[in-house]
Amino acid sequence: MSAHDGGQPAHDDHGHDDLGIHATLKGYLTGFVLACVLTIIPFWIVMSGGFAKSSTTAVFVLGLAAVQIVVHMIYFLHMNAKSEGGWNMLALVFTIVLVVITLSGSIWIMYHLNSNMMPTMMDPSNLP
Amino acid sequence: MSDIATTMPADGGPAQPLVFHEAQDHHPENGTLLGFWIYLMSDCLVFACLFAAYGVLGREYAGGPTGKEVLELPTVALNTTLLLLSSITYGFAVLEMQRDRRNPMLVWLIITGLLGAGFLTIELREFAHLISIGAGPQRSAFLSSFFTLVGTHGLHVTCGILWLIVLMIQVLKKGLIPANKRRLMCLSMFWHFLDVVWVGVFSFVYLMGVLP
Amino acid sequence: MLAHPDLAKLIFGRLTLEELPLHVPIVLGTFAVVALGAIVVLGAITYFKLWGYLWHEWFTSIDHKKIGIMYMILGFVMLLRGFADAIMMRAQQAISFGDNMGYLPPEHYDQIFTAHGVIMIFFVAMPMVTGLMNFVMPLQIGARDVAFPFLNNFSFWMTVAGAMLVMASLFIGEFARTGWLAYPPLSDIVSSPDAGVDYYIWALQIAGVGTLLSGINLLVTIVKMRAPGMTLMKMPVFTWTALCTNVLIVAAFPVLTAVLALLAMDRYVGTNFFTTELGGNAMMYVNLIWIWGHPEVYILVLPAFGIFSEVTATFSRKPLFGYTSMVYATVVITVLSYLVWLHHFFTMGSGASVNSFFGITTMIISIPTGAKIFNWLFTMYRGRVEFEVPMLWTVAFMVTFVIGGMTGVLLAVPPADFSLHNSLFLIAHFHNVIIGGVLFGLFAGITYWFPKAFGFRLDPFWGKCAFWFWVVGFYFAFMPLYMLGLMGVTRRLSHFEDPTLQIWFLLAAFGAFLILLGIGCMITQFVVSFRRREALRDVTGDPWNGRTLEWSTSSPPPPYNFAFTPRVHDHDAWWMMKKHHYQRPLSGFLPIHMPLNTGAGIMLAGLSFVFGFAMIWYMWLIAAVSFALLLLVAIAHTFNYHRDYYLSADEVNRVEASRTELLARHV
Repeated sequence: MSAHDGGQPAHDDHGHDDLGIHATLKGYLTGFVLACVLTIIPFWIVMSGGFAKSSTTAVFVLGLAAVQIVVHMIYFLHMNAKSEGGWNMLALVFTIVLVVITLSGSIWIMYHLNSNMMPTMMDPSNLP
Repeated sequence: MSDIATTMPADGGPAQPLVFHEAQDHHPENGTLLGFWIYLMSDCLVFACLFAAYGVLGREYAGGPTGKEVLELPTVALNTTLLLLSSITYGFAVLEMQRDRRNPMLVWLIITGLLGAGFLTIELREFAHLISIGAGPQRSAFLSSFFTLVGTHGLHVTCGILWLIVLMIQVLKKGLIPANKRRLMCLSMFWHFLDVVWVGVFSFVYLMGVLP
Repeated sequence: MLAHPDLAKLIFGRLTLEELPLHVPIVLGTFAVVALGAIVVLGAITYFKLWGYLWHEWFTSIDHKKIGIMYMILGFVMLLRGFADAIMMRAQQAISFGDNMGYLPPEHYDQIFTAHGVIMIFFVAMPMVTGLMNFVMPLQIGARDVAFPFLNNFSFWMTVAGAMLVMASLFIGEFARTGWLAYPPLSDIVSSPDAGVDYYIWALQIAGVGTLLSGINLLVTIVKMRAPGMTLMKMPVFTWTALCTNVLIVAAFPVLTAVLALLAMDRYVGTNFFTTELGGNAMMYVNLIWIWGHPEVYILVLPAFGIFSEVTATFSRKPLFGYTSMVYATVVITVLSYLVWLHHFFTMGSGASVNSFFGITTMIISIPTGAKIFNWLFTMYRGRVEFEVPMLWTVAFMVTFVIGGMTGVLLAVPPADFSLHNSLFLIAHFHNVIIGGVLFGLFAGITYWFPKAFGFRLDPFWGKCAFWFWVVGFYFAFMPLYMLGLMGVTRRLSHFEDPTLQIWFLLAAFGAFLILLGIGCMITQFVVSFRRREALRDVTGDPWNGRTLEWSTSSPPPPYNFAFTPRVHDHDAWWMMKKHHYQRPLSGFLPIHMPLNTGAGIMLAGLSFVFGFAMIWYMWLIAAVSFALLLLVAIAHTFNYHRDYYLSADEVNRVEASRTELLARHV
């Protein structure tokens, strides 16, 4: 959507440099294999019944998901600290911080509200 | 021409010429890819809210079906496979694009689009099945947040496929000019980004949803 | 729905003639005035044959300066609407005591306070802030335009489309009666079955698209298009605050989009996110919307801080005191603004740990803000302060904002908040920071950059009149509300029983009347300045002896801003150039790469308006058709690869030569 989208001006044609990244077959295949492994493990764990405690399973699944997201970021989205002068990485880190704040904050706050506002708490003897 | 001013340092050293404007034509870098990345980050926060809604409401069954009853892991495993495959095929398309081979690239793009369409078909069948057994989005807060989160991802995939078709036409018409290459890289980011979101979806919604 | 046999229902959905307010005299009168005004304006445009000029030079323009000016005009027009709502509420509350029920029925009053809040935040403050950033920031960083000029035009028209939907609600159906954040369960389909909340949702969603895209656009502009040599720590402070504000826009508006989409799902599809049954949780809405809502406050006030920094430095004839600390304070505020949202609902039942966490983060955020105040004070200290109108606004801001900030810290203490929440004390507090901070900042900015935009200064006499009426009016209007709030009077009431309260409301109404005079003076100021434009002409392009790059080009700047891209060695780049006796080049011009105008933005926004309107009234057929067209036009636009042209060197030469001649005549 930019003014330079036209493609006519010759100075605009920097070839691959303009795209910032250089993808390789090796990179994509590594990413694919890792992603497959990281997908199969949690599916296998959960479908075979999971660990004795479901919270252990949940932590395990989330941990693997986090690793897989990193794999996708590096091998498919070509993230590194240098692309676009580091601004890509900065934007990503900031976004991850906000996602964590939004998710954990919401769950914390709503859990608190729920446990404070449950009918048992509304017992008149508990009120000041 | 007096575009060069000189300044005398206080310590009496040699005069430093200071240039205050560019005599040559100055072109800032293209910002499309960065701009699109920032857009993706904002999209990420939309999904963060939907995940938060699911995280808070995902166990509110309201006497209706639970996650263990309605979520079918084999279907999701199949869907995940399709999406992962479509990611690698888009990667192959990018590799062909880098080598300026238009037709092989288009073939990979078509395969990517078909895999995406397969993903959507399975997802829509899953939705239709759930609605037919009375587990539609109106049934409970759990199902509302489930349908909205998974559906929003599906909507993004739909947009991605539409964009893919438009872009293939544009490549056919104009060839692999820089503008089109840039657009292909944007779509690449979009497509892989949807993959990342899907990792969150199958882990957080499906795999954790069936846990007791 | 589509299978409904009735054709009228298919086309008009639930819109019937009864929805037109033919039986409400106030609305009908307003409609008559607005319609008359519209006919006069449109007639005048036609009579003077201005349609072509407006279309080619403004509506389809992708020049950031013109888009910035159009944003400001939109903001100012909507300010008049929002202020009309305000003065109606003040009048109602001043008279509605005991047996006197006032002149506004409650259901009308509820719409007015909702519309007032929505309009002032989304369609006054946001467009004005975006407009100033649009106009000033590219000039300050030595750029020729923004990163995505078409997107800029599109964003503006989407904001207009949202504003038009709010205006349409005045005459077709009604607006929401839910308060400006539309909390469920009041805003769900059971409690608000009419179109009001749908107007709210679609207006904000459509305008939100524009805001988000313009945020991305300006962000990329600052990152990618700074003049050579302008490292981050050499950017002008206004550009720094623009950077942080746009980061906040990009990171906060998606949350608003998501939460309003969920509310829309509840209303349109029947899901149970925020309902009171089947597991829904209305508190989740409050939680999510404030994750957007608190950063929004900083989105508005950070650019104002930037304006004050520029104005203080310029009129104190000193570099800004503590540039580095100013930048860090801005960045810290940006990050912290995401960690305080719960203070908007302390009373909703979280426990002590949650409330203390958010209370403490809220108090912490006042530290960088306080640091900024000291920086401005130290900039003025021992400076040769010139009390031009922008500086007057700045001084008034410092006093007013400190009061507002301190009442804010008071409200950040959870136990105090329990007795003050939902009271007029809160109303006084946020008007104190938003009028005293954002609005005063915008007025300072408008007066400061007006000569850059139009080539002549604003008349200082009427500017000072406006200033005094506004400031005195503000104190009269809002200090009584603090008192009332401490006495326990809650917000959003259209009637009171206790007659001893009336004197405070009369004082507040008097204050609102003074502000009305202030707005009148502003309009007079624009007219007088236009008529006296030859006397107020700014020939040099640097009327205030400014410090940053925007003052190095002519007023108004040429379409390409700078004939040669400036090279920056320090912050206060233009000040340094002046110190080195920089001479502007008179020859050697090159062709300049420029974006082409396009009508795609206004078309897409027009279709979005139709789509939004159709969704509000359940006109499914029109909604489907307009959505399909929207998609089609958007796709067709991507097939347009011819988006730029070269302005010839001769043309640049001609423009620059005429400036040289102008400068020579006025030496």
